[in-house]
Amino acid sequence: MHFHKFEKIWLVFGIISLIVFLSIVGVTAFSHDHHPAGGMDTIDPKKVDQTAPFDNPGVTQIDDDTYQVAIVASAFSYAPLELRVPAGKEILFKVTSKDVVHSFTIDDTKVNMMVVPGQITTRAYTFDKPGKYLILCNEYCGTGHHFMFTEIEVY
Amino acid sequence: MIALQDRKLALWYIGVAYIAFLIGTLMGLLQVFIRNDKLQLPAWLDYYQILTAHGVLLALIYTTFFIFAFFVTGMSKSLGTFGPKVRLVSWIGFWVTLIGTVLATAMIVAGEASVLYTFYAPLKASGWYYVGLALFVVGTWISSFALIGHYRVWRKNNKGELSPLFAFMTITTIVLWLIACLGVVATVLFQYIPWAFGWTDTINVELSRSLFWYFGHPLVYFWLLPAYIAWYVIVPKILGVKVFSDSLARLAFVLFILFSIPVGFHHQLTEPGISNFWKFLQVVLTFMVIIPSLMTAFTMFANFEISGRKKGATGLFGWFKKLPWKDVRFTSIFIAMAFFIPGGAGGIINASFQLNEVVHNTLWIVGHFHITVGTPVAMTFMGLTFWLIPYLTGRKFTKSMQILAFVQIITWSIGMLLMSTAQHILGLLGAPRRTAFSNYNNHPSALEWFDGILTSHVTMAVGGSILFLSAMILIYIVVMSMFLSPKALKVEDQVEFPMAESDKSHTPKWLENWWIWIGIAFALIIIAYAIPLSSMIMHAPPGSEGFKTW
Repeated sequence: MHFHKFEKIWLVFGIISLIVFLSIVGVTAFSHDHHPAGGMDTIDPKKVDQTAPFDNPGVTQIDDDTYQVAIVASAFSYAPLELRVPAGKEILFKVTSKDVVHSFTIDDTKVNMMVVPGQITTRAYTFDKPGKYLILCNEYCGTGHHFMFTEIEVY
Repeated sequence: MIALQDRKLALWYIGVAYIAFLIGTLMGLLQVFIRNDKLQLPAWLDYYQILTAHGVLLALIYTTFFIFAFFVTGMSKSLGTFGPKVRLVSWIGFWVTLIGTVLATAMIVAGEASVLYTFYAPLKASGWYYVGLALFVVGTWISSFALIGHYRVWRKNNKGELSPLFAFMTITTIVLWLIACLGVVATVLFQYIPWAFGWTDTINVELSRSLFWYFGHPLVYFWLLPAYIAWYVIVPKILGVKVFSDSLARLAFVLFILFSIPVGFHHQLTEPGISNFWKFLQVVLTFMVIIPSLMTAFTMFANFEISGRKKGATGLFGWFKKLPWKDVRFTSIFIAMAFFIPGGAGGIINASFQLNEVVHNTLWIVGHFHITVGTPVAMTFMGLTFWLIPYLTGRKFTKSMQILAFVQIITWSIGMLLMSTAQHILGLLGAPRRTAFSNYNNHPSALEWFDGILTSHVTMAVGGSILFLSAMILIYIVVMSMFLSPKALKVEDQVEFPMAESDKSHTPKWLENWWIWIGIAFALIIIAYAIPLSSMIMHAPPGSEGFKTW
């Protein structure tokens, strides 16, 4: 098969850029623990209200620098209604759904989690700035999808 | 000209495609006005019903029916008239696909299937919606097998020869489609249908999502490859050159079979149930399609330059002025290609693992597919439509139609530029996709998104309106060239099917050994999917009951 000389240069340049690019993404992901939201824990979607920590959703302090926030999503709201967390501390979000697929997305942050019934999604995040952040559902979940939102107050 | 009966089949496909296009674009227009709060829908109609119809009719129905029209015509032209069996099976395929389409659309209109075209469980539509989707896929399979049968007859009669490039690329696209559909067929047949009709109580949600995306990503390549066929085979003819390299064109196409399927997890990067290792592996495989994409980009510019220099262009960029800009068949496809440069770059951003969190399910994604399938693919199809229908009906592509065609592609470009730019920026700011309204009780952050000149609802509505106007001009051109334009009685008035010559004397034979490519494709699929999918089944949580939240 014949490759034109310029095409060889073009492809070699392209493939090297590709390798460099993927290496950067891979190294930041696996050595700096910079992963997207995820998690392998499962839950019975019909027993969310009876399963810890979702039987008592809300903010719990784990240690001096870490807080856990358990959230239950359902059409078309989030429990609990009020959320207050400190700035500068690591917040570990754990979210699950009682019905259909939702998302838990905090505006102005990198927190953008798909919420799948039967699964628990986790994401750690540290807020730099205090303020009130809009939280919304960005996965279509039914007629009231666009009314599914809440707020988190960072102090 | 190809045989009358083959033309009839192709015209029926095009007819259905443009009926879907007409309704689908109207649904798009309604959306921008609802979001802008300028339109109140009647009580029996809902935003998400319209959104579902818009996605299904344009992304699935318009594309698929048009693609088969193009394939039927091109296969008949490059391999010869269809035999009676091929023709019969093709018609059966057409009708099954159409029945599936009508059934699914009826369920959407009846409000029994406002689940969007991704139909994520446990949103539960009427079982007949899933039956409609299954029939749609099965119908395309029947039509695909007809084309494969036609191809096999040709190969039997031309032992040891490589097939014409158009036929090779058609078969590549079909092989890709058949392998891709296995995922959606598996989930619809074994998960959705038994569950929707109440034969099973619950569904494994994460598995259904993964099987959907196993199909969902190669689906976009099923749209794109026919456009690439036009870029590789039709455009050089219009430019007056040969295919740049027959072997590289074939290599690029088989690489798409390999690297467009084992990559579905890049649509699921922010969700639970898939470990980071498997997500990242599929991200790496996703990026492999950059290689055939770079090959394609090189080939396109090589064609342009060779053609320009043949016409006497000098200097580094002189060839650019010599391109046939006054030929709407070329200019339409050129604009389509230009849109694909930011479209492809955006795709790289979306699939970049952590970076996906910034854009996932925001309006950015909507902007992204409007400058990939919505323009590069759709406008290539428009550029084909201009000559394909007159070619099939034996009518003229008159001067006034050519002028209208220019108006059509230019308005489409302007409308899309406005709308998709607004959507990209809004997405980066955080505005979500798939919402009837996004003001969240006038939350200050939400109001801020739409505060810009370019990012306002008005810009989107203006863009959407221009697009709809353009769509109506296209429908007018389609109706004229189908039924009303004057017949081309003189030879010089007849519209040709531009198919460039391709020198296959140096093309290695192994490129057309399908078992190699299908074998490697399945090996990659098994590597990428076997372990994560089996763990989804073995470690499945209790399943979900269905919900009708609309």
